[in-house]
Amino acid sequence: MYDKIVLEHGAGGRLMHELIQTISNVLESPRRGVDKAILNTKIGKIAFTTDSFVMKPPVVKGCDIGMLSVNGTVNDLVTMGAKPEYLSLSLIMEEGLERDFVMRIIESVRRASEKARVKIVTGDIKVVEKGGCDKIFINTSGIGMVYRGVESSTLNAKPGDAVIVTGSIGDHGAAVLAARGEFQLEADVSSDCAPLNSVLEALVKKRVPFHALIDPTRGGLATSLNEVAESSRVSIEIEEEAIPVKEEVLGFCEVLGIEPFYLGCEGRLVIFTPQAYADKAVRVLRTLEVSKDTCIIGSVVSRSKKGEVRIKTRAGGLRALPMLQGIPLPRIC
Amino acid sequence: MKFLEEYRDGELVKRIANRANELLGRIGREVKIMEVCGTHTMAIARHGLRGLFRKNLDLISGPGCPVCVTPNSGFSLVFQAAEMGKTVATFGDMMRVPFNGKSLSKLRGEGFDIRVVYSPYDALKMAEDEPEKEFVMAGIGFETTSPLFASIILECRRRRVSNLKLISLFRLIPPALDALLKAEDLHIDGLILPGHVSTIIGVKPYVDIVEKYKVPAVITGFEPVDIVESIRMILKQLVEKKSMVENEYVRTVRPQGNPKAIRLIQEVFKPVDAEWRGLGEIAESGLALKDEFKDFDAVEEYGLKPVEASEPAGCLCGQVIRGSKKPTDCKLYRRACMPDNPIGPCMVSSEGTCAAYYYAGVE
Repeated sequence: MYDKIVLEHGAGGRLMHELIQTISNVLESPRRGVDKAILNTKIGKIAFTTDSFVMKPPVVKGCDIGMLSVNGTVNDLVTMGAKPEYLSLSLIMEEGLERDFVMRIIESVRRASEKARVKIVTGDIKVVEKGGCDKIFINTSGIGMVYRGVESSTLNAKPGDAVIVTGSIGDHGAAVLAARGEFQLEADVSSDCAPLNSVLEALVKKRVPFHALIDPTRGGLATSLNEVAESSRVSIEIEEEAIPVKEEVLGFCEVLGIEPFYLGCEGRLVIFTPQAYADKAVRVLRTLEVSKDTCIIGSVVSRSKKGEVRIKTRAGGLRALPMLQGIPLPRIC
Repeated sequence: MKFLEEYRDGELVKRIANRANELLGRIGREVKIMEVCGTHTMAIARHGLRGLFRKNLDLISGPGCPVCVTPNSGFSLVFQAAEMGKTVATFGDMMRVPFNGKSLSKLRGEGFDIRVVYSPYDALKMAEDEPEKEFVMAGIGFETTSPLFASIILECRRRRVSNLKLISLFRLIPPALDALLKAEDLHIDGLILPGHVSTIIGVKPYVDIVEKYKVPAVITGFEPVDIVESIRMILKQLVEKKSMVENEYVRTVRPQGNPKAIRLIQEVFKPVDAEWRGLGEIAESGLALKDEFKDFDAVEEYGLKPVEASEPAGCLCGQVIRGSKKPTDCKLYRRACMPDNPIGPCMVSSEGTCAAYYYAGVE
């Protein structure tokens, strides 16, 4: 146990999940460990979620903290089965920040909200003294209406479901790591940051049923699959060969000795749909720009009390793919 | 991707594994092959290679994880430097190593200045940018790492940087192999020799050892095809009753190694007797700064004193490192000891045997 908060508590892995469990005890949430809310109201189910964004550096190729803070919350609502409607925007800035930089971020927020078709209806700004925060932190909360008849949880993956991912994985994580420049590696990797409401809309409109939706952000695909496996109590098997990873992301991972399954995405959904609808889902989603590389990467093979994820490797072996633990650390040798 | 796809070709892996299995069938008895390098341990786990072979092949992991083989007395020096208020520059895998209930990650949380670097050059740059601070590098690693640090020490001298010191805990692989093969309880039938270390030291340092103990050994790359092929080569030697050093990793390892890197090591360091976790003291198996570089020795300069710490109760890291026990033999494995709450060092580093088993889901 840790007496103090360590960086790993925020890395998206097991420590963070334990911490969220603790925090969710104070939430008026229907279930333990769930940090977002579905509110039953007279006009229907309303999804409500909040997220804080810190990004180091705040601008990377294909994404900045402004864009991320809109899309992050929009996509959170999407995974709850909701149509995102309204967002709040709260900025905490460090004294000494360039005005031009702030304007650029605000403009990016505006453009992202336009693209995601959400309205920012309330906001706040705080400035803290130099060193009080790292350049700029942004919090957004969002509300949206849950689509009628949509099961809005990640708990219901069932044996026989196909596992579908809407595009290449690890792009955002690799873009951030590359932009940090700590590795002195030049990598031409662009973030996948994008709003995913059109993906959900297409699934609903074309009547593709699904049992679970999740966006593999922090902790990456591996962590998300484990979340679904644990909460749905199923065993998931995916094929390394089928998982779309861009060549430049793969190369970047190889050099650093990390696996792309643990790098976050900010514009991808993982969808669990009954096998009979899998091909239809792929067909439907490939017509959208944001999900044009959609493909089936595996399936739910059986029920399993503790929930497990296995990967069939390219070399033909079968092994477990556990949740991210700690922060991926570069090796010594 | 070129040079990746072809070495991960599932069909090719299967074909080579089948030939290896044929040889295993002919040998009949249990064959114990040790992979010496932590990156091999991880690759075997990550690609799920264990399951490709007949049951009479036992792949055991050796002392190939730098953080794991560093004894507590070595860690104590690094912790002391941090607690004295020095800025400690270290590679990431040191951060969570448990030591007496502490870790560098926890110390950083308490406000001590501990920085993760990806290369010792980062430490040099920091030392130059912040001349008011005193920097200490945790020098942990094998022949692959020590030449980098040697070049930094030479650079410090050239640029007259005096606020950067080193705790040298570097270890050498060949003496450790000698110690392992000498041990009577291990019965190692073959060695998968480290690819990276061999890139530096070449083929020669292994020849005497292999001759002395009559054990087949193959220098091996890190992709599935490399590893499966090298296992096949070792088995073939066993069937033909041969014992020699072969080089499977010819695309990278040259017979003479990297003479420039070897010269760097020899210029700055001298071999000394050194303690290894799990293996005890091994003659001339560590590197210390030569006398003319004493000014850069943090231990001398700051009067650091090694402190012994007892191993956590039940932790089998020592035996896991020498290959006499497997992570699954340890009662703590997966129950109390996990990568984000490690009890022993083998669960910390990405090259640690316990972490490799954990990530591969071995129960």
